[in-house]
Amino acid sequence: MTTMTTLGSRRVDASVLVARTKPRSSFRDTWVQTMAMAWRALKKMVRKPEQFVDVIIQPLLFTAMFAFIFGGAVSGSVSDYLPVLIPGILAQTALTVCMATGVQLREDMDKGVFDRFKSLPIARIAPLAGPMIADLIRYGIASVLTLVTGLLIGYRPGGGVLGCVGGVLLTVVAGWSLAWIFTWLGTRARSAQSVQGISMMIMFPLTFLSNAFVPAETLPGWLQAFVKVNPVSHVVSAVRDLFNDGTVTAEVGWAVAGCAVVVAVFAPLAVRSYSRKM
Amino acid sequence: MLRMLATLLPIDGGRAEIFGVDVRREPHRIRQLVGVTGQYASVDEDLTARENLWLFARLQGLTSARAKSIAKDLLERFGLQEAADRPLSQFSGGMRRRLDLASSLITRPPLIFLDEPTTGLDPRTRGQMWDTIRELVTEGSTILLTTQYLDEADQLADRVAVIDRGRKVAEDTPDALKSQVGDSALQLGLVDGSDIALAAAVVRRLLGEEPVLTPESGRMNVPLPDPDRAADVLIGLREAGLGISSVSVAKPTLDEVFLALTGHGADDETAMEAAR
Repeated sequence: MTTMTTLGSRRVDASVLVARTKPRSSFRDTWVQTMAMAWRALKKMVRKPEQFVDVIIQPLLFTAMFAFIFGGAVSGSVSDYLPVLIPGILAQTALTVCMATGVQLREDMDKGVFDRFKSLPIARIAPLAGPMIADLIRYGIASVLTLVTGLLIGYRPGGGVLGCVGGVLLTVVAGWSLAWIFTWLGTRARSAQSVQGISMMIMFPLTFLSNAFVPAETLPGWLQAFVKVNPVSHVVSAVRDLFNDGTVTAEVGWAVAGCAVVVAVFAPLAVRSYSRKM
Repeated sequence: MLRMLATLLPIDGGRAEIFGVDVRREPHRIRQLVGVTGQYASVDEDLTARENLWLFARLQGLTSARAKSIAKDLLERFGLQEAADRPLSQFSGGMRRRLDLASSLITRPPLIFLDEPTTGLDPRTRGQMWDTIRELVTEGSTILLTTQYLDEADQLADRVAVIDRGRKVAEDTPDALKSQVGDSALQLGLVDGSDIALAAAVVRRLLGEEPVLTPESGRMNVPLPDPDRAADVLIGLREAGLGISSVSVAKPTLDEVFLALTGHGADDETAMEAAR
């Protein structure tokens, strides 16, 4: 049993240890790491419930406010406007939650613990994707609350329960995909405030220069051109189809495809700029 | 520089290898071989100590149950079990530092970087940190430690490298570095300060060296090329009937080494050491 003694001895053969290392995280490792980071984000959410203010207040306030202010002007009455508005508000709320994702990531990255995350042999995407998975809960809360507020003030979706579930799911997926844009911003910007500022500049055009609150046909031609390529428009149209008719139309396909493109472009960008930083 | 070796910063020039693994080309392997504990505790403020350790263990591929038991062991070993489930905001600087070090040891990496681990700690906590570091070395870890406190390097290190303005100016064992700088010195205090001229004459006769006198306090400092000869001086003084109130043989300190090597004080530079 002479080999046992070498374990406690002072000299350990380095080449044995090196041989035991892996060149990169496997897919399974990456998944475990991402879930561990999601667990961390969840713990933080539970300990700081004030984070939920935006996902609770905004759906309640904006749904009621927009319905009663624009309802008469846009659709003639509040009840006629609700089928147009609720999907729009959903998209807007999802984008606001995305923004918080980027800002929080930036704040988080300034903390010492990110040094440790960087020094550990973990996939570079895990610290970014983990919190985004935990954020799925926030998208869920915001979407459901928006829908419930709509129901309370008289919205009767023609798509039934299945249509509503489909619409909420699509919103959650869209929110999660678009959040990669803001995550990328979070890894690039100097401070949380600047992420907040830049995100506002992106979020407002994306939501208001879409068909979220008004029918696209009422806009001037050059603006319609932008509205048509805006992924938010496709998400809103798709959610409308699901909520109001319960049908899976081509718009749903376009929305999902648009989201996939956003993830494919911005996820690698975010990981790259995160690996370079600090 | 330590941050570059630990893959926290991109390498801005040259190349580095640890255990024969290229740091720039295979950072993921390096991260499995090296544990890092920074000057600013890199632990999560919003989690408890136990949760921190569990998370770091999980991230490194341990199963949940194994992560739990490792967290428990490390909390015990670092005297944190009572504070294990309290929020980190209630932790003292020393406790945070201990948790930070514990976090670096989860996978027992063969090489540990400690970046100024005792900066800003009180003397008692620093002593505890030193004990922990010595234990790690006994257990077979190699530790690369940076410090501004040269007595720390002297206490802990097998080899010391002195870095001045980003360049290594010397590397050797503490004793070898000290002997480069100069000789030991015998410091003597006399019972009766007025005897100092007589005592100086004795020293001159025995060693042929010129002592530095401080007549006001009756003290003198004798250069000692060969420390063995200190006894000769003491015997000579007794034979001459001169009473001694205090005596010590001092080697040059690493502080003097640093000054001699760099020509200025240790302000923005860091002395590095590797203990093995």
